[in-house]
Amino acid sequence: MSIINKLAPLGLAAAVVFSAVGARAADPITLGAVEILTGPANKYGIAIQNGFNLALDEVNKAGGVLGRPLAIAYEDSAGNKDQAINAVRNLIGSKNVPLILGPTISNEMFAAGPVANQRKVPIVGTSTTANGITAIGPYVFRTSLPEADVIPVTLKAARDKLGVKKVAVMYANDDAFSKSGYDVMKATLEKLGMQTLTTETFGTKDTDFSAQMTKVKALNPDAILISALVEPASGVILAKKALGVPASVRVIGGNGLNSPKLGEIAGDAADGVIVGSPWFIGKKDPINEKFVADYRAKYKSDPDQFAAQAYDTLFIVAEAIKAAGAPDSEKIKDALVKVKHKGVLGDFSFTPDRDPADTSGVAVLEMKGGKFGLLP
Amino acid sequence: MFAQQLLNGVLSGAVYALFALGFTLMFGVLGVINLTYGLYFSAGAFVALFATHYAHLPIWAALPLAALIVGLCAILLDELLLGPLRRAKAPELSSLMVTLGATLLLYSLMTAWFGTEIRRFPPAVFSGAAYDVFGLRITLAQILIVLTTALIVGGLAFLLQKTRLGLSIRALAENPDAAQLMGVNASGVVHLVSFISGALGAAAGVLIGLNYNAIEPYMGEKMMLKGFAVIILGGLGDIRGAVLAGFLLGLLETFTAGYVASSMKDAVGFLLLVLTLWFRPSGLFGRAAVKRA
Repeated sequence: MSIINKLAPLGLAAAVVFSAVGARAADPITLGAVEILTGPANKYGIAIQNGFNLALDEVNKAGGVLGRPLAIAYEDSAGNKDQAINAVRNLIGSKNVPLILGPTISNEMFAAGPVANQRKVPIVGTSTTANGITAIGPYVFRTSLPEADVIPVTLKAARDKLGVKKVAVMYANDDAFSKSGYDVMKATLEKLGMQTLTTETFGTKDTDFSAQMTKVKALNPDAILISALVEPASGVILAKKALGVPASVRVIGGNGLNSPKLGEIAGDAADGVIVGSPWFIGKKDPINEKFVADYRAKYKSDPDQFAAQAYDTLFIVAEAIKAAGAPDSEKIKDALVKVKHKGVLGDFSFTPDRDPADTSGVAVLEMKGGKFGLLP
Repeated sequence: MFAQQLLNGVLSGAVYALFALGFTLMFGVLGVINLTYGLYFSAGAFVALFATHYAHLPIWAALPLAALIVGLCAILLDELLLGPLRRAKAPELSSLMVTLGATLLLYSLMTAWFGTEIRRFPPAVFSGAAYDVFGLRITLAQILIVLTTALIVGGLAFLLQKTRLGLSIRALAENPDAAQLMGVNASGVVHLVSFISGALGAAAGVLIGLNYNAIEPYMGEKMMLKGFAVIILGGLGDIRGAVLAGFLLGLLETFTAGYVASSMKDAVGFLLLVLTLWFRPSGLFGRAAVKRA
């Protein structure tokens, strides 16, 4: 309820201003949303839609924005870039939405973001983590923390809590995502004054990591950093166990390892793996606990990171519309960068470049018995 | 560290050798580069996975079962795809293209049925147990791989060199027409070789799936590239050469990753491949190329 309480005075003030126009008070303010609602990747889009709708209920129960209820017009991108572009054109052209939420994945944003930017309609990604998203233009925002912000938090926790000083770094050198994670790791290690004993590479499709792991073992690192997708990362972790590298040598992973699949593939070899995550279901915090309980009650399933990010984003957007005083794209764009919000991901505000500014909500997780829990 | 790397290299070499055996046998006797071979590898792993997962068979029963089933499938596939071409005496390129098309189709079907996610053997089968022997680490699956490879190489050598059946296989490889004139049952031998190759591929798939505990439809495709390198290094169709080249590649890759740079690991194998094709096109261990009649 604390979110609503915080929003209420803003909403009231805005409602007073808006009452001059009064006549259309009952018409909803309709936002657009482009998400993957069908096809193989639709679990991401559905989770996001659930998060939006849960927040939408709360906003409307508390009186909506500017005295009008808020609504969302959903368009399905099916994970297809062209379909995402068409969806954005349709939402702007025929539905006249003042703001668009989504799309689900970075590739879609790189295609559809420029369209919204050109039409001067703000577009807010809730799950796009690639480098360069907000560089598309001044109307492109994102509320999801890029990997470059999460890895430093993870490494700092490993240094401060576990006393990790010298590390071995391993990454897949044939995959753009893994390489960009490695670049962040390398820069962060230098900044934190941690020593890199060796840097080993492998291929995303490799199955044999014994040569690299034998070399790493002989160097006696405090921890092994891995930047890779979950399948090869699991293989590296299995090789670590097979070659008898002690369990006290932790594996610290990039976002690729932040997946329940890691435990499924690597089994107990994955125990003790450390990753950073923008959100964690078990976070002890009244806002988060309420969100998890409400989500379970409404959808009969557990929320994930995508639902959590979407949930917060809708409140952030609602606040911006209230602050803007009118459902006007230009005014909302200017109001968004000033929003300060406390949600399930922690404190939120935008940087001047429209990326999330605050990393205090990042949870450092540790795998135990195939499941991630908070690192004590 | 040197001894451990040596062991790593030998183990990785055994994996390559095991995979390449059936591949090179198929080429040597049937004269066809059969691209469906990678599929037998994946299929073997899947049969063993289902046998252990749903029928709760132990791995020592699942392994021969997978070899048997996939071996029979290999006969069927060979007859279906290559039989008509053999009878029409079609050029090698047609056979290659037919197996390429069939491979793509069958991989797609496998993906549609099983999905691309990685599957694991049940924990009861894959214990991941590892032993320290004189300071060296070796896992149960790796011991199994080395033993099975030794057994299969020995068995295959015996079959080819010491039995009448082996004699007819070698005769057919040397000159199919002459062999048939001498009373060799050509289609019978072709089926037998298809069966042995399919079974070898399947056995390799089971053991390697067990070693890395990661089974997915395209696992055979990943091995094929290395498999090609091994059989070309060893000389196409040369069984002894395939085994030696397998170990050579395994050791070379491991030492490159361990002592030079891990980013060079894949490059070195294919560099050797190119050099072999330039300077010893009949393989590192083969006789000088003789034009076969």
